[in-house]
Amino acid sequence: MNYCLKNGRLIDPAAGRDRSLDILVIDGKISRVGPALAESAAAAGYEIIDASPYLVLPGLIDLHVHLREPGEEEKETIASGTRAAVKGGFTSVVAMPNTKPPADNGSVLTYIRAKAAEAKAARVYPVGNITKGGKGLELAEMGELVANGAVAFSDDGRPVMNADLARNAFRYGRLFGKPFLLHCEEENLSAGGQMHEGFASTRLGLKGYPSVAEEAMVARDLLLAEDTGARIHIQHLSSKRSVELIREAKRRGVKVTAEVTPHHLVLTDEDVADYHTATKVNPPLRTKEDREALREGLLDGTIDLIATDHAPHTREEKNQEFGRAPFGMTGLETALGLIFTEFYHTGLLSLAKIVDLLSLSPARLLGIPGGTLAEGSPADLILVDPDREWEVKEEEFASKSVNSPFIGWKLKGKAVATMVGGEWVYKEI
Amino acid sequence: MRFSRRCLLGLEDLTAEEIEEILETAVPCKEIIQREVKKLPTLRGWTVATLFYEPSTRTRNSFELAAKWLGADTVNVTIATSSVQKGENFIDTAKTIQALGADFIVLRHSMAGAPWLLARTVDCRVINAGDGAHEHPTQALLDLFTLKERFSSLAGLKVVIVGDIMHSRVAKSNIYGLLKLGATVRVTGPPSLIPPGIERLGVQVVNDLREAVQDADVINVLRIQLERQEKGLFPSLREYARLYGINREVLRIAPRDLVIMHPGPTNLGVEITEEAASDPRSVITTQVTNGVAVRMALLYLMSGGGKSGELLS
Amino acid sequence: MGTKRLVMDEDAIRRVLYRLSHEITEENKGVDGLMLVGIRTRGVPLAKRLAAMIKEQEKVELPVGILDITFYRDDLTLISPQPVVRSTEIPGRVTDRKIVLVDDVLYTGRTIRAALDALMDLGRPRAIKLAVLIDRGHRQLPIRADYVGKTITTSAGETVQVLLKETDGEDLIYIEEMSSPKMDPPPFPCAGEAEERGEE
Repeated sequence: MNYCLKNGRLIDPAAGRDRSLDILVIDGKISRVGPALAESAAAAGYEIIDASPYLVLPGLIDLHVHLREPGEEEKETIASGTRAAVKGGFTSVVAMPNTKPPADNGSVLTYIRAKAAEAKAARVYPVGNITKGGKGLELAEMGELVANGAVAFSDDGRPVMNADLARNAFRYGRLFGKPFLLHCEEENLSAGGQMHEGFASTRLGLKGYPSVAEEAMVARDLLLAEDTGARIHIQHLSSKRSVELIREAKRRGVKVTAEVTPHHLVLTDEDVADYHTATKVNPPLRTKEDREALREGLLDGTIDLIATDHAPHTREEKNQEFGRAPFGMTGLETALGLIFTEFYHTGLLSLAKIVDLLSLSPARLLGIPGGTLAEGSPADLILVDPDREWEVKEEEFASKSVNSPFIGWKLKGKAVATMVGGEWVYKEI
Repeated sequence: MRFSRRCLLGLEDLTAEEIEEILETAVPCKEIIQREVKKLPTLRGWTVATLFYEPSTRTRNSFELAAKWLGADTVNVTIATSSVQKGENFIDTAKTIQALGADFIVLRHSMAGAPWLLARTVDCRVINAGDGAHEHPTQALLDLFTLKERFSSLAGLKVVIVGDIMHSRVAKSNIYGLLKLGATVRVTGPPSLIPPGIERLGVQVVNDLREAVQDADVINVLRIQLERQEKGLFPSLREYARLYGINREVLRIAPRDLVIMHPGPTNLGVEITEEAASDPRSVITTQVTNGVAVRMALLYLMSGGGKSGELLS
Repeated sequence: MGTKRLVMDEDAIRRVLYRLSHEITEENKGVDGLMLVGIRTRGVPLAKRLAAMIKEQEKVELPVGILDITFYRDDLTLISPQPVVRSTEIPGRVTDRKIVLVDDVLYTGRTIRAALDALMDLGRPRAIKLAVLIDRGHRQLPIRADYVGKTITTSAGETVQVLLKETDGEDLIYIEEMSSPKMDPPPFPCAGEAEERGEE
């Protein structure tokens, strides 16, 4: 089916474009962008969609998602996770390798890609492990991983604690030109930590996970990247000092990029309140001061992109003592709403910047298609109603899991239709 | 405001009036436990379950006696940490105890916040008997009661809490209670065992024990646990005793009419010497007796409004 | 507030207590082994007044005990918040003593039942007698007073208000119509309000 999206407001920072235009989608690609294309399209029998009430954005790309399949299908599957993605406006997701078994070999990557193709929702780009089993002891076969579609390397969920091994990974990895996505946590400093170490952890009597546990590892990885020339990407920044370290490293020319999650931009350790396990994440929610620094880092370009770290867990797992509940919260279906509510409607971020952070920047980082509405690109795009007010409801999640602290929040801004490769994979208009 | 809670999770959210009411109710309770026949019909037909995920004979026995002397039946569920590790589910256990007909669940748990989870899960009345490093409200109540017996008003009283403040639920609950009743609180202990931001609770942090006790009315000595040494938080029990142990020399520096408290059980020769623990100024054994009285008071006050609580607002 | 009917003024209360003090000493053939125990709240000043009168007559100071019956009430599950508990203060042992329980108003009998239990838990008295200022009827238990100041007829929709100098600043007893009369007398009409207004 070919389409003409008529008169939507196109936000395409890659093309420097912000105007109301028509888009022709032919054979899964954006074939033309311009004014007054609808008439001829209608004549050619294309379906005409009135996009005039909406923003037309390149599909969002989430650089940090846990799809849980294979191995933990009770939390999420590739099918449910990609459905959640497209419902939230994401046309591509980058799947972290900490599955069971982990994506430290070609066959797991192949399995993931096959399942994703079957699911016919969002595109899935798998990440391969840095080390075998993500255990941080021996290097994974990176060559095999790349040959089977790995777009990056990561041991996400854990750091490569052994600095020598990390350094070797960075050096060996030069062969492939793929970035390292790094979960920065000095595990001796964070051991047993349940939430940010500070007044709130003292008040709640929970073991603290100090900011320095992240910062020490960010600093180490920046130095190792500088030493080896590796291209590294720091995942889910949470602390002020981490932002400063990256800002400074970028100034020195270190090949580093960084991401922040919507929850670290919106919540603080005070939101843990009376032991709400939905707020238990790694790295933990930190203080207001950290949150402000993250926002600043986003505005001044120190932080390159927003990724959700979508980490589904079952009700049973989260409905436990805080100390036993696993880390993580879902994010695919709330990210766009949160960013529009907290940053667009408050005037902090322009639409172009939002598209950059949530689509263009991750696409460029991985060298994958998307991030733009340029002619010739795959038709991965979304229609967004920026003024749609909606409430986050447990029963409306497409994800298998509902471990979101945002349930009950009223958000403004929603993806109302999502197209991947020229097919509508989500549509509520 | 009169006390009408169904759950006591911590002293942080009690008002000064509620704390005072508990302490005042504990006065006649203490009179009862000094009788020859300690038995009341008040909670006849009620069942108080103690659910303990940590060994603590002292607290459990105290609750059990309090319940029994008020006429309630008791059931004790002690769950070894090992079976928790085997995956015994806390929620299931709690629901089972409720199904057995418990009206109260008294919970001791190694994890902070477990009583909140319990209160969200069951309809029974819930009393926190110590959760991780969070709160131990009944210990603080009995400490406050012991001090009120001695000083009648706590306003302006200078209380020093000595030891592992970071891992101490006793310290935390005492801080809330003491401050609400107008006392001033100073904490002292190895800097590696002072939790971040503790000053924001309204206490003063003094690293040096001898400086801290100089003008103290009360010192509350916390139990130090060997496992903290193993985690590298301080070098040795020997050095701890040397720097933070309460001994003759420290008592010489402190004012003469000082009151010495300890939540028990004591590690004699470590945080307190045998001599200091049995000093006439020590109220350690009185604390134990008073523990039953405040727990009776609490059970009584929390039992209002009928078993299902239909009369509670 | 409904209409009020005077039952006793200050003089009447004094005369009635005087008579009761005589009855107590007369019936017990003196004051040997006797102890007066006032039930909180208003039984306490009454017991003290009786003891003072007996001292005038007999030149003997009788021990006066204070009994708090809250823990023994049978309506605790019916009310919230829980009524305030105060101390029971009994001078010496009750075992083998003759106890005269003193209260202001005898009504359903439940307070006295609770008081008997409370007293028995303290020991084994030789005998327990009951003295009340007012008996207003409507008993729900087989209990009667040994010494009665005045028996009055009331309906369940009325309350008997006893004011005493020690607790209320004046001596006065009157009947008041309750604004929303209930058909059944509440088991403990003073539930929770024992401090303000005494009844039973």
